[in-house]
Amino acid sequence: MSDLRSLSGVELAGKIAAGRVSSRETCEVFLSAIEKDDHNCLISVRRAEALAEADNVDKMRAQGASLPPYAGLPLVIKDNMVVRGEQPTSCASKILKNFKSPYDAHVVEKLKEARMIILGKTNMDEFAMGSSSENSAFGPVRGPVDPERVAGGSSGGSATAVALGLAPMALGSDTGGSIRQPAAFCGVVGLKPTYGRVSRYGLVAYGSSLDQIGPLAGTVEDAAALLGIIAGHDKRESTSADVPVPDYLGALDGEIKGLRVGLPREYFPDSLDSRVRERVMDQVACLEDLGAEIMEVSLPHTEYAIAAYYIIATAEASANLARFDGVRYGHRSSVSGELLEMYRRSRSEGFGREVKRRIMLGTYVLSAGYYDAYYLKAQKVRTLITRDFTRALEKADVLVTPTTPTVSWKLGSFEDNPVQMYLQDIFTVTVNLTGVPAVSVPAGQVDGLPVGVQIIGRHFDEAAILKTARKLEREVNR
Amino acid sequence: MSGNYWEAVIGLEVHAQLKTKTKTFCRCSTQFGDDPNSNVCPVCLGLPGALPVLNSEAVAMAVKTALAFRATLHGQSILARKNYFYPDLPKGYQISQYERPFSTGGYVEARLEDGTVKRIKLIRIHLEEDAGKSLHTITESGTAVDLNRCGTPLIEIVSEPDIRSSAEAYAFLYRLRQTLLYLGVCDGNMEEGSLRCDANISVRKQGTGKFGTRTEVKNLNSFRGVERAINYEVERQISVLESGGTVEQETLLWDADKQVVRSMRTKEEANDYRYFPDPDLLPLVIERSWIEEIKKSLPELPGEREIRFVSQYGLPAYDANVLTATREVADYFEETVGFSASTEPKKVSNWIMSEVLAVLSEKNIEITRLAVKPAQLAELFALMNENTISGKIAKQVFEEMCRTGRSAGEIVRAKGLVQISDEGALKAIVERVLENNPGQVQEYKSGKEKVFGFFVGQVMKETRGKANPQLVNELLREALG
Repeated sequence: MSDLRSLSGVELAGKIAAGRVSSRETCEVFLSAIEKDDHNCLISVRRAEALAEADNVDKMRAQGASLPPYAGLPLVIKDNMVVRGEQPTSCASKILKNFKSPYDAHVVEKLKEARMIILGKTNMDEFAMGSSSENSAFGPVRGPVDPERVAGGSSGGSATAVALGLAPMALGSDTGGSIRQPAAFCGVVGLKPTYGRVSRYGLVAYGSSLDQIGPLAGTVEDAAALLGIIAGHDKRESTSADVPVPDYLGALDGEIKGLRVGLPREYFPDSLDSRVRERVMDQVACLEDLGAEIMEVSLPHTEYAIAAYYIIATAEASANLARFDGVRYGHRSSVSGELLEMYRRSRSEGFGREVKRRIMLGTYVLSAGYYDAYYLKAQKVRTLITRDFTRALEKADVLVTPTTPTVSWKLGSFEDNPVQMYLQDIFTVTVNLTGVPAVSVPAGQVDGLPVGVQIIGRHFDEAAILKTARKLEREVNR
Repeated sequence: MSGNYWEAVIGLEVHAQLKTKTKTFCRCSTQFGDDPNSNVCPVCLGLPGALPVLNSEAVAMAVKTALAFRATLHGQSILARKNYFYPDLPKGYQISQYERPFSTGGYVEARLEDGTVKRIKLIRIHLEEDAGKSLHTITESGTAVDLNRCGTPLIEIVSEPDIRSSAEAYAFLYRLRQTLLYLGVCDGNMEEGSLRCDANISVRKQGTGKFGTRTEVKNLNSFRGVERAINYEVERQISVLESGGTVEQETLLWDADKQVVRSMRTKEEANDYRYFPDPDLLPLVIERSWIEEIKKSLPELPGEREIRFVSQYGLPAYDANVLTATREVADYFEETVGFSASTEPKKVSNWIMSEVLAVLSEKNIEITRLAVKPAQLAELFALMNENTISGKIAKQVFEEMCRTGRSAGEIVRAKGLVQISDEGALKAIVERVLENNPGQVQEYKSGKEKVFGFFVGQVMKETRGKANPQLVNELLREALG
């Protein structure tokens, strides 16, 4: 039965649909793998609910009901998307350790409509703040290739779960690279859709203007399939775009002959690890072989991106996390006192170090006297970076870059130097600042550790990057 | 006298709750007075992951208000987060407007006591959501929070510091509230908090251009409170300055029970709200065509209507002002006039101002709930005009109409109240009255003309008020020679 774990989601769904394996058997295989996991991938497991839902799908199928194509297929989701029921939605934080949501996130509704089975909630950096999945109240996620190394973050639990075959696919969220970077570190596919493509309703906000939910999977095809399920307009979300959702799977096999592939000069600096550069350039060569036209482009404001990103994201976070005050839900300090004291203690006890750091930073940049110099300036930089991308994506159809400057690092490497860790996000944050979609696909290894190549596309043109990613995946697997 | 020497400079900030069916950013009911925390959902509770969607009805009402005050509407404005911690603010921020409100400028035409109109300019009108309510008295151990009100739409209307006295502030607020009621966008109930007012107050020597240091007085939850708090604070500032002190810039609370202002703790006013555009909401876009559509739906406003009542119906300014106090009374007047072709509008006005408004205040009801509708009142006028009943009887009939909801004709018939205009019948009564009161006849004849009224009264008594008064007068004079 364990060979079920080596199948892709699409293959597995096909088996379930054909009645060659039941949803329950499938879920049980993955659940027992989850239970044996020693990488700390999951925060909570919905064993009873998942099996009941699986039985229901099996029963309906036995009765000849017409079911959606992925009915009964299990997956895991990051623990910052709310799921109604007994399992908490913790965001890997002590402050929400016991928070039970009375409602489902939009993506969860979509998964339930598709009759897919959520097996559990994955570990992450607390409130999605981090690039290593070490900032978790539940302990760090350990990398799938080397458990002494980080899984990447913040969706490290989702990426590792997929890499280890604890689930065929997963959902993550990406604010500055939080899907793509762990995907790259774990050797899986991770897609950040266009801002507005997937509803954020029910995603616990970190940086609202940057956050986007997306799929992580073993194959580009699975990522495309999962995107197709969760994408689409949601009236409850004001930034959700009313743009038609194409058939992503159908678009995968198109030609890339004549595709204009831009290589942004600033993403291949001299300081880039030459082995990472080689892996990426191997991929570029593959695309050229397939008839793509390679060109150099420039994104001149790249050097300001990290600063702008950490100002905007933390400013938004400082307000987004104000609701965790111990008044209505979540952790409240047992030490009683005046109102202000209650706030202070509850939040001091409930939030981890990195979250506090970012709340402080965000509060600072919005303060009277500093707003113009930081927040407003960062917004101007964002406009300039967006203009850079618009121009580059007029010349080229897609852009190709390394997903990260390095491979996965040792746990604890940046414990005393958070800013050094922030700098690792340089190739991913610009995509969130501009809202365009990007996917990371495996591009071989350096020192036995996975390297990812990032393909960036135009707004709402996930189909183009998925198609390109699919070509590379075939080359890498060959 | 300090009163001549010092001049008050006042600006008002008014929060008006919009009468939308649902809240600003979710579809929860805005119903007042329901069980605590019954009209709530993930959005207005600020649960993790919940997101706001702007209610277009709230925007329409806000636009309507701005148009009524001749404000400039901005095609694009920004909804911003105002950050502060308070238990009745579940998100830890209020969604409001800061740097780019949807409306700037405009004015309120306040009608002062002497009948002149003062144009008080507005700085801005913006849209925001209300907070919940902290209830400090219902539990022994602490504070309880009711979030039913949380997320209810508000508009904040901020005046220029154009106001110079508490009376002007009153007049401003009166016209503002009246206009909101005409527009149907706010119920104007200050006790329930659907209309709230804060005042920025400073004083300066008359003739100086520069403003003095201002204080902000909050918690003015009645018209009287506004007047009294302003008087109190103006006097306080003057006495501070006259005794050589300086006014400190601070936020004060009006204590209506003790009739004093008191200082809020400095901690609370040291807030830096860290406003920034709410990334969960797109810029608020108000299309020109939508504005035009809303413009068409604007009712005639109180000031305009008052002027028209004078010109169209020939009413005195006083009458026009009283009748246009509310849209409903003004409608009632116009409908009644419409049904009463043979009655002078001034007579209709008199009747409404005395009889109708008296019944309303006595019963403490709105005119829309009065049993007597304009058509029925017009029928009563017709009976008077035909001399079927006298004015005096009409008042009795009106009372009966209010009580029973029956028509004037019915009551007059059933109670036999038809006016006696039969000369023969009245003559007999007149003669009987004179016969029975020889002493008074003697007095009259000796020149005491006052006694005439006594005879009229006696005839009315005999006829239970039904005698045609004019005819009674004529017959009495005739009989008394």
